[in-house]
Order: sequence, then C-alpha cells, then structure tokens
Amino acid sequence: MIAERLAEFLSFSDPILLSVTLGVVLLSSTSAIVGTFTFLRKQALVGDAVAHSVLPGICLAFIIGESKNPIYLIIGAFITGWLSINLIHKITKTTRLKEDTAIALVLSVFFGVGIVLLTYIQHSGIPGHSGLDHILFGQAAAITRSDVHVFGMVSILLITSVLLFYKELKTTAFDSDFARSAGMKVSFADLMLTTLTVLAVVTGIQAVGVVLVAAMLITPPAAARYWTHDLPLMIILSAIFGAVSGFMGTLASYVLPNMPTGPWIIVTITGIAFFSFIFAPGKGVLFRLYHQFKVRRRMLTENVLKDMYMAGEKRGNHNNAFTLPEIAAHRRMHKEKLQSGLNKLYLDRFLKKDENGWHFTISGLNKARRLVKIHRLWETYLTRYVGIAPDHVHDDAEAIEHYITPELEKKLTDELDRPEKDPHESEIPYD
Amino acid sequence: MDAFFVILTGSLVAVTCGILGIFLMLRRMVMIGDAISHSVLPGIVIAFLISGSRDGLAMLIAAVITGLLTTFIIQFIHEKGKLQADASIGVTFTWLFAIGIILISVFADYVDLDQECVLYGEIAYVPIDLWILPSGIIMGPRSVYMLGTVLLIVVITILFFFKEFYMVTFDQDFAVSTGLSVTLWHYILMALISLTTVASFESVGAILVVAFLVAPPASAYLLSDDFKTIIILTVFIGIIVAISGYFLAVYINSSISGSMTVMAGIIFAIAWLLAFRRRNFQKSLKIIKF
Repeated sequence: MIAERLAEFLSFSDPILLSVTLGVVLLSSTSAIVGTFTFLRKQALVGDAVAHSVLPGICLAFIIGESKNPIYLIIGAFITGWLSINLIHKITKTTRLKEDTAIALVLSVFFGVGIVLLTYIQHSGIPGHSGLDHILFGQAAAITRSDVHVFGMVSILLITSVLLFYKELKTTAFDSDFARSAGMKVSFADLMLTTLTVLAVVTGIQAVGVVLVAAMLITPPAAARYWTHDLPLMIILSAIFGAVSGFMGTLASYVLPNMPTGPWIIVTITGIAFFSFIFAPGKGVLFRLYHQFKVRRRMLTENVLKDMYMAGEKRGNHNNAFTLPEIAAHRRMHKEKLQSGLNKLYLDRFLKKDENGWHFTISGLNKARRLVKIHRLWETYLTRYVGIAPDHVHDDAEAIEHYITPELEKKLTDELDRPEKDPHESEIPYD
Repeated sequence: MDAFFVILTGSLVAVTCGILGIFLMLRRMVMIGDAISHSVLPGIVIAFLISGSRDGLAMLIAAVITGLLTTFIIQFIHEKGKLQADASIGVTFTWLFAIGIILISVFADYVDLDQECVLYGEIAYVPIDLWILPSGIIMGPRSVYMLGTVLLIVVITILFFFKEFYMVTFDQDFAVSTGLSVTLWHYILMALISLTTVASFESVGAILVVAFLVAPPASAYLLSDDFKTIIILTVFIGIIVAISGYFLAVYINSSISGSMTVMAGIIFAIAWLLAFRRRNFQKSLKIIKF
C-alpha cells in the first residue's frame, strides 16, 4: 500500500499533486533564502513573532474583504506582521525591556488579538470562513493551482529582491555598525530585510502553519552554517536544504495515511540540521572534539619532551636513559597521562625504549631542544619588552610555546639578538 | 458560578506564570519559556498514550521531562554546537512541536487531543470538567485543583529558595563564587515552567501561558524598580487581566483566553505610557536639581 503510494507519488502523473509539490518546494526554499539573512542578523525569533502576528491581519483582511483571496490575506498579514517587528524595536528602544521580552510580548498579544478575531468570525457566520483556521497549522494539501501561482510570484519577487539588494543585505547582516560607518543606508537595508521576512513568513505559513513557520526561516541556514563560511554558498545550501525538506514533507503526507505536511517538513529539515551539527567537517561537534583531542595530545607530548630535556640538563647529559620518576619530577601529572604521552612519542619515533628507561632519538632531541629554546626566548621577550617580572613569565611561555611557528621563532631570536640566557639564568639551547 | 471558576482558573495561571515570568524576564530567557510552552506537546501525547487520560501525575512528570529535555537540547546546541542562542531556541522547539503533531496524527484514534487545544485551550469548559470522587461527591472543576497544586509548588519552591533564585537572577558571578550552581537553578526554574504549562495548557493554551509569563512582569517592571513591588504588582496585574479579560470575552462573545491576552496587551500599553511619564518626571527632577 505504502509502496504503491510512493510509486504513484514519484511518477508525478497527478497534475494537482505536482503543483502542490512544486508550491511547497518553492515556498520552503524561498523562506530558507530569506531566512539566511534573518539568521545572520540574529533575528531568528523575530520570525516567530511575525508568524504569530500575521493572524490578526489575515482575520481583518477576511472581515473587510469578505473573501479568502490570497492577495487580500497576504496584504493583511503583511501589515500586522510588519507592525509587530516595528513594535518590538520600539519597545526595546524606549524601555528597559530586553529583546526577548519584547518578542514574547508582541507575539502573544498579537496572536491573542488574532484568536479573538477568529472566534468572532466563526461566531458571526460570515460565509466561507471555514478553512481560515488552516492558517494556524498550515494546509499544504489544500494549496490550489491559483495559490501556487500567487506563491510563485511572491517567491520570484523575494528572490529578485535578494539578488538586487544583495550587497546591502550582506553588509548589514554581518556588521550593521560597520555598514553605518561606511555610509550605507542601514535603515533601508533593515526595512528591506523586515519586508522580506514578513513576506517569507506569510507565504511559509500556508504550508506549515503559524508555530512551525519560524523553523522554515531558521533551521535551513542553521544547518548550512555548519558547512560553509561563504555567504553565497550558505544561501544556496539553505535553499537546497529547504527544498529537500519541502519535498520530503509532501511525500510523507501523500504516502502515509492522515499525515500533515508541515511537521514532516520541519522534522526533515531539523534532521538535516542535527546531522550537520554532529558530522559536518570543520564545525561539527565530532570534528571539533577530535580537533580538541589532537591539540591536547600535542601539548601533552610537547610538555613531556621538554621535561625530559630539562631533566637531562640537570644531570648534564641527554644521551642516557631517563627513568619515569626523573621525567615526572618537573611537573605534576597523572601517571597514566605521562605514560600515554610517552607511548605516543614512541610511536612517532621521538623516543626509544629499553630496559633502563626512555631515550631521545635524534629528531626527538632536536624537537625537545627547540621547545625549550622557544620557552626561554619567550620568557626573555616578556621580561625585556613587556616588562613582566621574571617570576611571572613562566605560565605564559608555557601556553604560547606550542603555537610559535618557525618564522616567529626566527623573528624572536633576531629581535632579542640571540641571547645566551633566559631571565632565570638558564642557558638557551641553540642548534 | 461558572464565571467565578473561569476567572479563578485564569487568575491561578496568571499568578503562577507571572511569578516565574519575573525571573525569566530578568534572566533574559523569556523565549525559552515560550519554547517550553510549545515543546511539551510530544511529552503530553506520550503521557496520554501511556496513562490514557489527561490528568494526573503521568502528565506532570512527562511535562517536566520534556521541558528539561528542551532546555538541555537548547543549551547543548548553543554551547557544543556554537549555534547562536536565538537560533538554538527556534530550531529546538519547532522540532519538538512538529514531533508532537506527528504523534497526534499517528495516534489520532487513541489520543483525544488536538493542536488547537494546545495553542489556545478552552477555558470555557473548565466549569464543566468536574472532579468527581468515586463516592459521587462533586469536588468542583478539575483544572482548579491541578492549577492550585502547581501554584502551591511554585510559590513554596520560590519562597523556600528565594535567596538562591535572587542571587542567580541578579548576580550570576557572585552566585557562582558562593558555590551555587547556576545550571541547577536554571533547570529548576525550567522544570517549574514546564509544570505550569502542562497544568494550564488544556484550559488556557500555550499562547495565554506565554502572555501571562511576559505581560504582567514586563508591565510591573516598567512601573517599579523594587523587586518585591514588582512581584506584588505582577500578581495584581495578572488577576486584573484575568477578570477584565473574562468580561471582555463575554461582552464581545469571543475566545476567553484570547480576550485575556488582549487585556494583558492593553495593560502593558498603559504601563508603557506611564513609564514614559515616569521617566520624563524623573528627568525633570534631575533638571531641577542641577
């Protein structure tokens, strides 16, 4: 049964089904594109407020226009949605209330007014009111062909505006202060973004409803962000994510019995977001944990090498074997940690092992010497140029020594004139 | 009598939400409250499937679990995933709400719930939905008991741990330095909000919960600087909203929770105007001084 429906869906032989699918895919990707800018502007929840605030506008448009003509409804929705954003800004500007309070306030009060109007309409018996409450929860399946035309127009309008005002939107999205100081008309770009957001919300609501439409704006760019830093690529990615989830939503609601479209769109797009959040290379959680692990291990091994070198200095030679207590004498470290550091160094062939203990290999000794040199150079630099007392420079050097590149190392040596001793009168080892 | 119970229910929600809302507002976490009020939906559905009824302990436990889960996911994505706070909230609650609706659709034959009810409830049914003892004695509306219990829990918790809540709200660094766990108190606050949402969702719905969480505290905060005065004002405003909202609804023959929200908005607007005057008055005082 399900397989049959699936085959039927994928054949796209039903023209109504095809237009619904097209409509939903178009809506999802358009709101994802606009949402990218809302997201970068950190206005994600404003989208939620707009979504709730369009309800009274839609109801008023219906009461005045006495029809469900999507153009009337979009105009009505646009007016109250736009009003809500401005009210949020007004409240945060003129009172000490913070943005989250203002958003929640506007969102709930506008929605309350909408509910009052909606019940008024239902009680008053204006003909044709049934289906108006679909706006609350979205009714993608009820999208008709003429609706698709309207949404198609709005989508094209939205995408063209994004392309036309790309530069303004981009600059304000990342840094509105900079944009202002560069002489850009931030207020114009803001107005543009507000308008686009409201339009995107108004159209998105048709597919997924008031509560979920915020996700159509926020979640695709949130997912895309994990894959790229590049704005055009991010926009394209979120559009694709939006389109894919729109498609999956329509598919699920067609194939499974009694399934609403909206929630499936949201579940799909959030699935993509969670996947990106965990697995994306570079910014995903797994990758970052691995990176963190690698940095920690590098620090550990470098510290062990350095400690061994200094233990060698103490006794006057670096060639004989080092015992564990000898290495551990320099700093407090867990035995297992020290052991795992030594093992890693052994695997990387910086150390050798025999029955007497641990030995440096040639490359190990060179690396250890370099680390000690950097540490002491940095200490010298800090006392000489920054004027920090010699007994305070150790910790800082301990942190920075892992990050000094060979170029910096050379610069440091030249700048300090290749000093013989560090502030603690220890000799600085050069090759 | 019906009017009395509706107003009583509204007031109970108003007072409970108002008190919690003050802390949320001052900690800049109102939108997390909003998120929880939506995201408890899947918890409610699952509890309903397990226990087979709308009331009782199962519902409250499920609510607390989903509420805390919401908070945890938001925190996790924000901290581990480095996603900005507003987006973490938006992604999480819409996802959970969507799952809730899907669950309702899948188990439509078993679950006597719908999403309209979750969003705006039906407070008018409160007086009909009675708690009747097995012996046949009618105890009065069920919601009133449920909400009364939650109010008691909230008030007792906050009074008992007032110092902790106060410190965590006003001076996190100091709280941390005295050894308080900010995270623990954060989660306790969120658990209380989840309890409140679920206890009130049937009668007033998520939207009125959010309105009561934010509007009375915001109005009170514009009118006073003193923490205790803000609490008293919040409670007072909440009750006024419940009463006037009810009569507005009767007058225009419309949704009661919607009308209460409208009244909350009107009272906020008045407080906003008064705050303007107050600020100008203080400014003129300063001018006179210098």
